[in-house]
Amino acid sequence: MKYLRILPFIIFLFFLAGCSNQDGTADTSSASADTIENKGSDTIVNLALAWAEEYQHVHPDIRISVTGGGSGTGIAALINGTVDIANASRQIKTEEIEAAQANGGDPIEFVIARDAIAVIVHLENPVNELTLQQISDIYSGKIDNWLEVGGEDRPIVRLSRETNSGTHVYFLEEVLRLGAKDNPTLFSQNTLLLPSSEGISVEIRQNPNAIGYDGLGYVTDEMKVIAVAREADTEYILPSAETVNNGQYPIARDLYMYTNGEPTGAVEAYLDWILSAAAQPIVTELGFVPVLH
Amino acid sequence: MIKATSTSTTRYTTQRIGFGLLTAMTLFTVLPILAVVIYILVLGTPAINGEFISGFPREGMRAGGIWPAIVGTFYLTLGTAIFAVPLGIGAAIYLSEYAPENRWTRLIRIAIINLAGIPSVVYGLFGLGLFVLFLQFGTSILAGSLTLSIMTLPVIISTTEEALRAVPQAFRTVSISLGATKWQTIRRIVLPQALPGTLTGVILGLERAAGETAPILFTVAAFFLPRLPASPLDATMALPYHLFVISTQVPGMPVKIQYGTALVLLAFVLGMNFIATTIRSRARARRQW
Amino acid sequence: MDNSLNWREKIITRFIKVSGYSAIIFVGLIFYFLLREGLPTLGEVQFNSLFATRWYPIEDYFGILPLIGGSLIVTIGATLIAVPFGVGAAIYISEIAPRWMREILKPLVEVLGGLPSVVLGFLGILILSPYLRVFLDLPTGLTALAGSLLLGGIAIPTVVSVAEDALDAVPKSYRDAALALGATEWQTIWRVTLPAARSGVLTAVMLGIGRAIGETMTVMMVTGNAPVMPGGLGALFEPARTMTATIAAEMGEVANGSVHYHVLFFIGIVLFLISLIVNVTASAVVFRQHKRQERILS
Repeated sequence: MKYLRILPFIIFLFFLAGCSNQDGTADTSSASADTIENKGSDTIVNLALAWAEEYQHVHPDIRISVTGGGSGTGIAALINGTVDIANASRQIKTEEIEAAQANGGDPIEFVIARDAIAVIVHLENPVNELTLQQISDIYSGKIDNWLEVGGEDRPIVRLSRETNSGTHVYFLEEVLRLGAKDNPTLFSQNTLLLPSSEGISVEIRQNPNAIGYDGLGYVTDEMKVIAVAREADTEYILPSAETVNNGQYPIARDLYMYTNGEPTGAVEAYLDWILSAAAQPIVTELGFVPVLH
Repeated sequence: MIKATSTSTTRYTTQRIGFGLLTAMTLFTVLPILAVVIYILVLGTPAINGEFISGFPREGMRAGGIWPAIVGTFYLTLGTAIFAVPLGIGAAIYLSEYAPENRWTRLIRIAIINLAGIPSVVYGLFGLGLFVLFLQFGTSILAGSLTLSIMTLPVIISTTEEALRAVPQAFRTVSISLGATKWQTIRRIVLPQALPGTLTGVILGLERAAGETAPILFTVAAFFLPRLPASPLDATMALPYHLFVISTQVPGMPVKIQYGTALVLLAFVLGMNFIATTIRSRARARRQW
Repeated sequence: MDNSLNWREKIITRFIKVSGYSAIIFVGLIFYFLLREGLPTLGEVQFNSLFATRWYPIEDYFGILPLIGGSLIVTIGATLIAVPFGVGAAIYISEIAPRWMREILKPLVEVLGGLPSVVLGFLGILILSPYLRVFLDLPTGLTALAGSLLLGGIAIPTVVSVAEDALDAVPKSYRDAALALGATEWQTIWRVTLPAARSGVLTAVMLGIGRAIGETMTVMMVTGNAPVMPGGLGALFEPARTMTATIAAEMGEVANGSVHYHVLFFIGIVLFLISLIVNVTASAVVFRQHKRQERILS
């Protein structure tokens, strides 16, 4: 029964060895490598990931760690000084800037891409176009059947991202409330709040009653994108790089990265690269809209 | 029973229907499990290859492997074991060998039952409040392992206690009468006899830790990390959270990789389950008392 | 030498005692930290708006009733599935199945208990909910029912193993007596064994309910998460948002120390208290049964 006594020690040593070994390799590499901590918006996380991967091919000596968690989380981490770059799908709030300044920081903003929010339905849904007002009425619960907007006699199932996503907030302010600050419209209570974009995609793909919205990057050819008009008498526009950059498509926003103070060294080089012709094509690959500089 | 009366025929008809119903219910309970396992096995196997197991995720996790998640789950399980096993076995020894039958002991038992019943997401909240924020471990393997180990304690305690109690009292009496101290008796006589049962309990507890997502959401889990965790104070990817992420958060995720990840997680968890049940049934068969 | 042995014995005994009491310490710690982070809610949110029917935290609507209702409706559905099937399977395994069958069935049910809830949720999104929508002709398959079905599956192993233990504990003499009196096996099970194991089966049911109400990931993935106040059993066929899913979905992105953060911990307190009540009731039933048995035997 001797092994009974040794077993826990072996496990413990193994654990320590595993960790310290990792420590060793991390130490040797960090002597020659810089680490960039990058955290924030779930909308941007896939883009940030793609950039990080590509950048590490070009500059193997730089290590970039990317985590999601939401725009608020990223900015909070930036204020606390635990990340180098915060990703946000919304602009930093005044309170957050104040909080950062109170901590001796100074957030600097970079617009790194644009995102069109596409309104999506099932492929077999005959509805092709909607006005902003109609979309607002659908989501607030005033319109309950596809018949009312020229579709089949089917109940409307509303899909939305969770309330803490930047996309949700943007959609509430710009679409449901049509950009008016004092408009108290809220999402209908039976709106399905899915924890993720992919949840919306899965449901849209198989449910002909559903309507959803999501970043253009999440749209695949298994769903139908609705053309949107600002008013009933204006043109219905489909989201694309062109219509977003010339301002025709009404539901589009900027995506941001923030640094604490003017970036220097590896972070500066990385941000320069992100805004360069080398990195912006990746934006298109992921379905976002590149920024024109 | 030679003269079967009409009532006894109906009685047996009722029995036949009843038994049939119960059999059907059992099948309805068991068949879906088999279906789930087989389904994931069939759809997940094509994804499994060397790169999938030992590679890093690439192209926004849509290609490459899940090695960091496997390593993360391994570390978390190991970390959980380091904290939960000594404490759990200690508590079980106390309950079976030392505890007097009084109000305090009853309170301990109620506390254990409650620990077992607390929702896993509440453990997550607790871990966030105590380990991550109050003790400032940050989102780290340490915070996650501690949270998971408290969650697994009740399983380890109750199975181990059962195993200890199954050791006949005579073993202890003989050992003590030969001059051994109480602890010597426990360590040399009782624990070795109860080893298989204890191991089963430990593995079943760790199995639960390995498969849980909710407690690690706010305490360890990282969406994507391009490197392995370097110290217990690092965040890490973990298999259950990774499966949650790739099945809900990443657009255009190949189904093959989702099922592959589900299969690896299932294999990890069911493998532990299998080892636990094998140890138990072997030990039962070999038991000399 | 003897002295050092004594010392070791003392230290180890001390360690064992401390770990014995650890469970109480942990329950206390958990409750303390939930209260610490959750109680400020009562000072920040009006009582009336906390127990209101609208949950929309980004606009400061913190009504938790739809979440409690959502947990309730999903749990009721899960109980309706897990109790008959769980108890039925327990009776089959303990009373009817031949020995070899039992050896196969018991570990299989344990496997179900070990299936990670994320895996079930994953299959729930991809297979169960589309199927439910088509089969029941619902607007969407992401409903409380989808959650109930999966939770039922998750609660069944708990119900089966506890109920089976209870049935197993019924002395063989009870059955022999009933059979000798001319009862069929079915009558014996129904009239003798099951009533004798009643309190154990009740415990099984309670623990199963506890398991269902606390489950998180599966419900978050399949119930649609719409914070609608359920109006009746018909709400099973509508989307629902449970307390657990709300915590899991929103905790990651709230600022520490904000009102929203405190309210989520407050929901944690509600969940903790519910599980406390369920488990204390379940164990009280067991203790009472022990006492009665002791009386009968003495």
